[in-house]
Amino acid sequence: MSTTVNRSDTDGGAPAGTGRPPLKSVLVWTAVAVVGAVCWGVLAIARGETISALWLLFAALCSYAIAYRFYSRFITYKVLRADDKRATPAERLENGVDFDVTDRRVLFGHHFAAIAGAGPLVGPVLAAQMGYLPGTIWIVVGVIFAGAVQDLVVMFFSMRRNGKSLGQMIREEIGVVGGVAALIAVFAIMIIILAVLALIVVNALAESPWGVFSIGLTVPIALFMGVYLRRLRPGRVLEATGIGVALLLLAIVAGGWIEDTGLGDALTLSKEWLVLALVIYGFVASVLPVWLLLTPRDYLSTFMKVGVIVLLAISLIIARPVLQAEAVTDFAREGTGPVFAGSLFPFVFITIACGALSGFHALISSGTTPKMVAKEGQVRLIGYGGMLMESFVAVSALIAACVIDQGLYFAMNSPAGATGGTVESAATFVQGLGFDTTAESLGAASAAVQEDTLISRTGGAPALAVGLAQVFSQAFGGGGQAFWYHFAIMFEALFILTAVDAGTRVGRFMLQDTIGNVWKKFGDLSWRPGNIIASAVVVGLWGSVLYIGVTDPLGGVNQLFPLFGIANQLLAAIALTLCTVLLVKHGKLRYAWVTGIPLVWDLVITMTASWQKVFSGDPRVGYFTQAGVYRDAQDAGEVLAPAQDQGQMDQVIFNSTLNGILQALFALLTLVVAAHAAVIIVKAIRNRGLPTTEEPAVPSKLVEPAGLFATQEEKRAIAEHERLVGAGAGRTEAEEK
Amino acid sequence: MTASAAVVRAWQGVRWYLKEFTGEARWDDYLAHCAEHGHEPVSRREFERRRADALERNPVSRCC
Repeated sequence: MSTTVNRSDTDGGAPAGTGRPPLKSVLVWTAVAVVGAVCWGVLAIARGETISALWLLFAALCSYAIAYRFYSRFITYKVLRADDKRATPAERLENGVDFDVTDRRVLFGHHFAAIAGAGPLVGPVLAAQMGYLPGTIWIVVGVIFAGAVQDLVVMFFSMRRNGKSLGQMIREEIGVVGGVAALIAVFAIMIIILAVLALIVVNALAESPWGVFSIGLTVPIALFMGVYLRRLRPGRVLEATGIGVALLLLAIVAGGWIEDTGLGDALTLSKEWLVLALVIYGFVASVLPVWLLLTPRDYLSTFMKVGVIVLLAISLIIARPVLQAEAVTDFAREGTGPVFAGSLFPFVFITIACGALSGFHALISSGTTPKMVAKEGQVRLIGYGGMLMESFVAVSALIAACVIDQGLYFAMNSPAGATGGTVESAATFVQGLGFDTTAESLGAASAAVQEDTLISRTGGAPALAVGLAQVFSQAFGGGGQAFWYHFAIMFEALFILTAVDAGTRVGRFMLQDTIGNVWKKFGDLSWRPGNIIASAVVVGLWGSVLYIGVTDPLGGVNQLFPLFGIANQLLAAIALTLCTVLLVKHGKLRYAWVTGIPLVWDLVITMTASWQKVFSGDPRVGYFTQAGVYRDAQDAGEVLAPAQDQGQMDQVIFNSTLNGILQALFALLTLVVAAHAAVIIVKAIRNRGLPTTEEPAVPSKLVEPAGLFATQEEKRAIAEHERLVGAGAGRTEAEEK
Repeated sequence: MTASAAVVRAWQGVRWYLKEFTGEARWDDYLAHCAEHGHEPVSRREFERRRADALERNPVSRCC
């Protein structure tokens, strides 16, 4: 660790071209702005009539393009003063392992694969209960001014500190109290996130032999790939992945064959059994060597993820589906929605975390990625651009949820306590909400995807799968809804499981590292008993939250998803706090608003939501009021629906109290960090900046383009560099022509 | 540039990207590095084993 005073940044400034922009560029960007404005205009005016989903898509795309071109450039070069003449840690400390100069396009792929998971797919689906407009606006505006800014700024500051992690930076730049609070918050939040992700998988696979069969087969497929890469043909990743993907598709098709056989009955698992299976799987995956299971699964999941996202974008354009959802539903105004309780403010901003603003990204943007960036200016493409891409995924998911029949949407996403669990009772329930969906059409919908039932398949994944199946079969014709549905379930479950086992491992390392401070032996990552104990603790923690969610009479998703969303957004608040502190410490007070405004907004929504979840008198929203209502009923000897007996009453009381305590704890930890940061900020303002742990500048010897495409000038510089150093030295840039 | 040349170039680009993305290209980089510095390269099996074992200590984070 080095401590240097470095307030006067070396001259960064925007790369070449500070003069008048060329006419062509002006025309192109004016056109993009006009198309974007027209799309937003159509969305704003359309009321009561159905409109094409493409308006949403293009409104988002044009907004991203403008934000990337102008706002991210401003942040990178004016606010942060990224300097391409300064060597990055990858160049200075290259060791071929974690510090490794990586091509910007490849690193973009790695970073995107690391940040995008099930979050941006599931959150928007649930938020669709408020209509398509609130979700879309938050996803687009949120990513431009908050989410992508957070990722970019955290990545930049971590890069200037040799890729330090978020926790380390908080400890060194804010202080020990903030650091400890942040450490606990990160760990606790990770446990909740893992539990909720696992809950989504359980809800998608319960009573679905087809799904269980194909997902189950991913384990032997991954093991085969692992052995292939270790023993048969070491290093031939593309071959192994090709075989893996082919087997995976076969597994999905084969799921349809076994459904009505004895094997199908054996694989019709209840939620409780699936929890047990997941917990055992998570433990084994965490203890096994990574080459055997984790690494090959990660290849599979990444290729499936990118493949499906590209496929979805193309299908949306071919199928041009029409939005069935209203722009803004009554639930947004009244907060009485069955999918999750609470009104538009603050709960839309909580439900959609990933895709708009996700604190978890700060963990990836610090640490791994910044150690591989070749040129400082590339954080704009990788940090900001990567997050825009995730936001695009979120918009696509929102569209998929809004193009399906909305009666079906609510029948799928409302807890069993509300729908009654049968098509008849569910039809009555959604008719009560104002949809003319019949029991026959609900039955037909589940028959079309060959599932026993779609009623109360909460968690967002099944609803998204129905939406994707509809879009894909519309785009490519030939029906095949059942195949596409299970394809979508498989793809979601695959990368949720990848996130769960990678997360378990990261949690295990955090635990071993922390306890290692007091008990040295435990911190030794290769000490077997330590691995086993730490893995068991982490799996046990998320496993118990998962079990609580699965058996919750009020519906686990309904109860836990807000906790998950708020936790993720609180982590974002911690990250944005660090960014703001650092801007002020670096003497950039006049630019502190860049992260300060999203920070204030994020604190307002998370604190309002936390307050409501803890103190609200509405039993559907406030956890403690909820527990109180059930306790009173229990004292009076009554059983309150949807609980069916006293045991379930106890469960509701216990769960709600626990959720309330966790909620309050997360909010308090964040406030501790924020309060500690405020002290530092005041001190830094008084001193017009403070020393930071930024590494001193070292001139760079690498010649690399800063943006996605090399400019004419950069191409000339690269050619010149190649000529001077000769072909042997430096990295060959054969791709830059 | 003719159409077929463009297709060939695009294919090469995709191949290059996939090899870089999956880390397959690291072996070629290593061979080039050894040739340049006159080292005797280890076997591919050994090289990949070392790379895989390095991952053991540097877990890849996967977000929600």
